[in-house]
Amino acid sequence: MLDPVIASRLQFALTTIVHIIFPVMSMGLAPFLIYFTWKDIRTDDPVYEQLRRFWTKIFAVSFVVGTVTGIVLEFEFGTNFAAFSTAAGELFGGPLATEGMMAFMLEATFLGVFVFGREKVSDALYMVSAVAVGLGTWLSAVWILVANSWMQTPRGYELARESGQLVVSLVDPIAAYANPRFPWMFVHMQNAAVLSVALFMAGVAAYHVWQRGIDADDDREGARFWRKTLKIALVVLLVTAPFQAIHGDAYGRHVYETQPQKFAAMEAVWETDSYVPEYIFAIPTSLEHITDPRAKELLGIGIPGGASWLASGGDPQAEITGLNEFDTEAPPVAIVFWSFRLMVAAGFWFILLAFWAAYRWWTDDLYDDDLLHKAFVGSSLLGIFAVEVGWIVTEVGRQPWVIQGVLKTADGVSPGLTGFEATLTLVGFAVVYSGLLALYTYVIRRIIREGPPSVDETAAGAETASPAGVTGDD
Amino acid sequence: MTDYGAFATDPLFGLPLQELWFGLVFFILGMFLFLDGFDFGVGAIFATRDDDEERETLLAAIGPFWDGNEVWLVVFGGALFAAFPAVYANLFSRHYLLMFAILGALILRGLAPEMYEQRHDEAWQTWWGRAFVVGSVSAPFLLGVFAAHWLLGVESLLSLPGVVVGLAVVALTVVAGVGFLAMKTRGSLQRDVADYGPRAMAAYLALVVVTLGYLVAVRPDLGVLAPIPLALVVVSLAAAAGYLLALRDGRYTLAFATVPVLVFAFVALVATLMFPLADPATGLTVADAIVSVLPLNIMSVASALLLPLVFAYFGILYSTFSGPIETGESYS
Repeated sequence: MLDPVIASRLQFALTTIVHIIFPVMSMGLAPFLIYFTWKDIRTDDPVYEQLRRFWTKIFAVSFVVGTVTGIVLEFEFGTNFAAFSTAAGELFGGPLATEGMMAFMLEATFLGVFVFGREKVSDALYMVSAVAVGLGTWLSAVWILVANSWMQTPRGYELARESGQLVVSLVDPIAAYANPRFPWMFVHMQNAAVLSVALFMAGVAAYHVWQRGIDADDDREGARFWRKTLKIALVVLLVTAPFQAIHGDAYGRHVYETQPQKFAAMEAVWETDSYVPEYIFAIPTSLEHITDPRAKELLGIGIPGGASWLASGGDPQAEITGLNEFDTEAPPVAIVFWSFRLMVAAGFWFILLAFWAAYRWWTDDLYDDDLLHKAFVGSSLLGIFAVEVGWIVTEVGRQPWVIQGVLKTADGVSPGLTGFEATLTLVGFAVVYSGLLALYTYVIRRIIREGPPSVDETAAGAETASPAGVTGDD
Repeated sequence: MTDYGAFATDPLFGLPLQELWFGLVFFILGMFLFLDGFDFGVGAIFATRDDDEERETLLAAIGPFWDGNEVWLVVFGGALFAAFPAVYANLFSRHYLLMFAILGALILRGLAPEMYEQRHDEAWQTWWGRAFVVGSVSAPFLLGVFAAHWLLGVESLLSLPGVVVGLAVVALTVVAGVGFLAMKTRGSLQRDVADYGPRAMAAYLALVVVTLGYLVAVRPDLGVLAPIPLALVVVSLAAAAGYLLALRDGRYTLAFATVPVLVFAFVALVATLMFPLADPATGLTVADAIVSVLPLNIMSVASALLLPLVFAYFGILYSTFSGPIETGESYS
């Protein structure tokens, strides 16, 4: 049996890593669906009805799985981290309750109208439902990130001990909830979600273009749909991919200023030093380099002063405090160090991919470059991968703290929890979530293989509905 | 630091906020049990239908609603966490395996209809149909166990009163599902479903009587025979009679309207018997467990602003899909 602390941490990691896939899909799809719905209502072009209906199917499945896996996380604060929940409930419970009432209710109710109600409501109410669902997914992120960012850069609280128990009480809600980390996290996460979905859409469209040999004036069933999907995704990719890198660079400086221990782990700096190089391409030459990376010993392309430059915003001489200087033990450096590099590498690849595709579009070869199509297919899930490793940097990098500098993770676990119970549910989740992921993949693949509803079908749908006078989309 | 003045030190408008929040938490639990309750009931009734078209109709009946209905459980967890963090933490960690069993049941129930519609071969639909039934029946059963264990301070995974209350909640969801489907379906399906109503109600009443008898005999300290609990029992009996008469006369909307009365009477009974304790197993009272004034005031303002909006959303959703399910209307 595992130690309850380890098992609880692994279980929370597992359930979060699986859950975040679905909000990324729904938050990222939201702006696309609002756009498709708007164009579907405002133009006669049937391709927008196809786009709306096809991507709504994927949204709906993602939302359902997101709901059932999301409730698990909300319950786990109580089941596995009761000491944390008791101590910090004043600050942490409020944002979660607000998320439920303000965001989740909005998405879940209007989703019913959005998915099932096209023929039943007016264009105006249908548009409202699309915006409400999208807004709901983003408001959800606001409150979840308010709660999470407070754990990274806590403010607005006072510590007290009540009968031997630590109590974190709320004294300044504005300071606590508008904490320094929140805007960084929110922008980085939302842009990442849109970027991830753009990559997914581009990958799916490129797959069909490549497999069916669709070219610019192909008028077979679905050809125009996939061309349109690819172009829309590419436009979004061109904006979001470079933005993510620029924003990430500034975000790194903020982490250096607010969580120096995490920053040192990201760079594997053990001894305090100035003029610290940035190893963008670190090549492990032994197993030990993987499990215990130390910036000084790594073989790779180190940009002299690069890490110092990143940390300070332009000064290669800036001093980085080494992990040995901190009173608490270091976070698992290898996980943080390599996750950070994987995220950054993925980010640069997205920019390259976007520029490559834009160049092909400009030379009128977008549908002819099969290597590009294969690159897109291979990158379909890389956005989500980058989100995962990015969150691993954020969450593992904060260890050993659950609330930075306030409460350690090991002290937040439920006191009565036994190793047996925690191991049992961990194994249970490993099994159930593997099945869940397999089913989700299966369903999404079926939807993708089936492709969009045919143009005739969409026209027929509008025709049968028109006597009732509820649809005016064609 | 911002100065919050009296907002940080005095309950808003001098209201008894801790009692109001205790009531609100149970009200939200009641909303969940009422709304997702009829979804669960539809899932149980699904087991009795073999015909493909009828099964599709049952799924279509709850298709647009169940996700929104389930969010009341999320809000219940959030409200309990925000207002009574120690109760949330104690209760959820003490009932560790039970909570995960509830989550497992909800995963099965949520996933099954989505999967059922993906393929139309028999083996696949038989499997996911069964999963839908198992999830829909076990979720309310386990929630009933949870409610009983919360009230009685039971710490084990299962107990006899837990099982009885669990079965009572299952019967109550079938009562709700019958009311909902009788309203939403037509023809032979409607007649068949309505026929289950009296049996489900009889089971519910019998199980409640057994529970009350147990409480009177074994737990006199809870005060079941006090005026308010007795009044709630009388209200339940009146609602049950109304339900049965309305079903007999084919007034299905009226029959469904008695369901929230039954559900809220049940939840109110649990809350009344528990008060002033908020976590009987640890002896924590409402006054002990409540958060301090400032966060409580903030959450009170937030709820007062947001809950009316939530009701408006549900109003739009339910009025969009009012009226009977049209035949052939598919789930997705």
